[in-house]
Amino acid sequence: MRLKTKLFGTLYEFKDLNEVMAKANEEKSGDQLAGVAATSVTEMIAAKEVLSEITLKDLRNNPAVPYEIDEVTRIIQDQVNERIYREIQNWTVAEFREWILSHSTTSKDIARISRGLTSEMVAAVAKVMSNMDLIYAAKKIRVTAHCNTTIGEAGTLGFRLQPNHTTDDIDGIRISLFEGLSYGIGDAVIGLNPVNDTVDSVSNVLKMFQEIKETHNIPTQNCVLAHVKTQMDAVKNGAPSDMIFQSIAGSEKGNTAFGLDGAIMAEAQDLMLREGTSTGPNVIYFETGQGSELSSEAHHGVDQVTMEARCYGFAKKYNPFLVNTVVGFIGPEYLYDSKQVTRAGLEDHFMGKLTGVPMGVDACYTNHMKTDQNDIENLAVLLGAAGCTYFMGIPQGDDIMLNYQCTGYHDASSLRELLGLTPVKEFADWLETMGIYENGRLSARAGDASLFIK
Amino acid sequence: MISEDKIKNIIAEVLGSMATGDQASPSQASPAAEACEELCDLTAVDLKKELQVPEPANREAYLKMKATTPARIGIWRAGPRPLTRSLLRFRADHAVAQDAVFSNVSDEFVESMGMFQITSCCKDKDHFLTRPDLGRKIDDETIATLKEKCKQSPRVQVYIADGLSSTAIETNAKDAYSSILQGLKGHGIETGTPFFLKYGRVPAMDVISEVLTPEVTVLLIGERPGLATGESMSCYMAYKASTTMPEANRTVISNIHKGGTPAVEAGAHIADIVKTMLEQKASGLDLKL
Repeated sequence: MRLKTKLFGTLYEFKDLNEVMAKANEEKSGDQLAGVAATSVTEMIAAKEVLSEITLKDLRNNPAVPYEIDEVTRIIQDQVNERIYREIQNWTVAEFREWILSHSTTSKDIARISRGLTSEMVAAVAKVMSNMDLIYAAKKIRVTAHCNTTIGEAGTLGFRLQPNHTTDDIDGIRISLFEGLSYGIGDAVIGLNPVNDTVDSVSNVLKMFQEIKETHNIPTQNCVLAHVKTQMDAVKNGAPSDMIFQSIAGSEKGNTAFGLDGAIMAEAQDLMLREGTSTGPNVIYFETGQGSELSSEAHHGVDQVTMEARCYGFAKKYNPFLVNTVVGFIGPEYLYDSKQVTRAGLEDHFMGKLTGVPMGVDACYTNHMKTDQNDIENLAVLLGAAGCTYFMGIPQGDDIMLNYQCTGYHDASSLRELLGLTPVKEFADWLETMGIYENGRLSARAGDASLFIK
Repeated sequence: MISEDKIKNIIAEVLGSMATGDQASPSQASPAAEACEELCDLTAVDLKKELQVPEPANREAYLKMKATTPARIGIWRAGPRPLTRSLLRFRADHAVAQDAVFSNVSDEFVESMGMFQITSCCKDKDHFLTRPDLGRKIDDETIATLKEKCKQSPRVQVYIADGLSSTAIETNAKDAYSSILQGLKGHGIETGTPFFLKYGRVPAMDVISEVLTPEVTVLLIGERPGLATGESMSCYMAYKASTTMPEANRTVISNIHKGGTPAVEAGAHIADIVKTMLEQKASGLDLKL
């Protein structure tokens, strides 16, 4: 394994693969905070050069966190298809990049090779890609999943309806939900971030979602994004849930901070397959985001892109229906400005797709980041072009409960029109039946929540 | 415990002294409200009551349900995009938040408070926002300045830091500070030499407390702004604060602004809590209020 290179006559030497991986990242405030970032742009490029000649075998044999001490590493390594891995183990990262981008490599080819990858390989190839590489490569990869409907089909763009409320007021949630439906939002999931993480509150909201779905025959799935254990208790008590949600991290220590491990997720998946209200087989929803491991001091000195890729490796084990990065939610000490959040959004989406999960993005920002709504609209267009599975839909992008801003109800129809995309098939048909869509776009009556109020 | 009446008296006194000074008094607020009739403030519109959907299927029910949530709904569209007023209102609400974070508390403001200024280990705003660890520290030179200029071991040390909202400080710190001083004076409690910490995070109070060794440390600091609310300030207090004390030792009063707890009222309340801390020799979870 060559860990040094020369650029413009200057020698650059790295002590191990983790240092190469960290320094090969585009600039991120979180890597600087962790003290693992390149100290100059030239050193960053030197690290990319070194990484480009590393073989996939070296990446397999040097996981970011040792197998013995980390459950996430074990899950990633143990689900590798060894036959496929043996075919590609001698590829360099540069060759891997060019294979993905080649005109002769198809979506099916990538899906097969995906089973022979570890998350470190996925992260490595993202690090040597430009932004347009990430967009072009991700666009090739189709990942579909089925809960009550099928998400991720070519030509579709889903939206999660996120009707959050500051106090979980049922009427307040309901009117935001109706308004979202009237803009063609909600095909990915109708999913609330609750204020109250209690079985009763979660159950009440799930019942309301179920009642609305049934009353209006809406082909979609519901979820209340409480802690996994709260949702499991609600389901055991008979609450109608189509999916179980959980935030996850790229290390065992990070997952411990979130209050979960692999066994809990397996139990949640099993419970949903037995007691959930959905058809399945994909009944799990995960959220991630660069920097969460550092924020819980669970990053093991590893950079945030690699840790993020490891989240997708963990996620894959549980055949999720939805996985999205909440890129930009964590704040400026991890992703400072629009350039950093744009890069992270494109990386995360590509890495998720290459891992083989139906990847969506919550393109968002907080008020202490150097970004604004224009930046997030730009990112949504780029990700739309990259074939992003779904985005979030929030009333004008203003989440009154989580206090951040992201894509809004209006962005759904705008992006679909711009990029020639439709909602998930069953949902698109329903929108036409309801008269909300007409000939594939918003009708004259769309945008009126009171269509749903008797 | 201080009585309700006494708090009211302090508030009345501070408000009275403000009206005679160069502060904007409540009575000066009304002309601005009248001016609104000819020059309307986009951000003064109550979004909960505004329905822009031209021909809703059920207007009455729509408005009734809208009243249950601050979410931006019933805002209608131009093609698939928001109406111009909604777009500008959103941008205005974000603008005050951004300005609160990215502007600095002016030197004039610090001078007008009669305070001197120190800086954390952050060298500029970008550095401050990306390196929370450095916003918690002060260097040796600054420690020497504090030792030179401040009274050592006062019963109560009050200071101000910008935190994540300079707007919050410039709007509320003066009133809150005056009110705290007045309250403490009323209790016969001595205070130290006040100062302003630029690029400061909350845990810097632990370092400062180890240098000046007051019994109680009181910090007024700008909160991370939400949309349309750049003015919110918090007060952190601790008894014998140190870098080794648990986080649970801090007592916090948040949401200090005109739409939450007004600064003057908050100041009186803070003075009351400080008195209790001194009596119980405790703060945070150990404090019984």
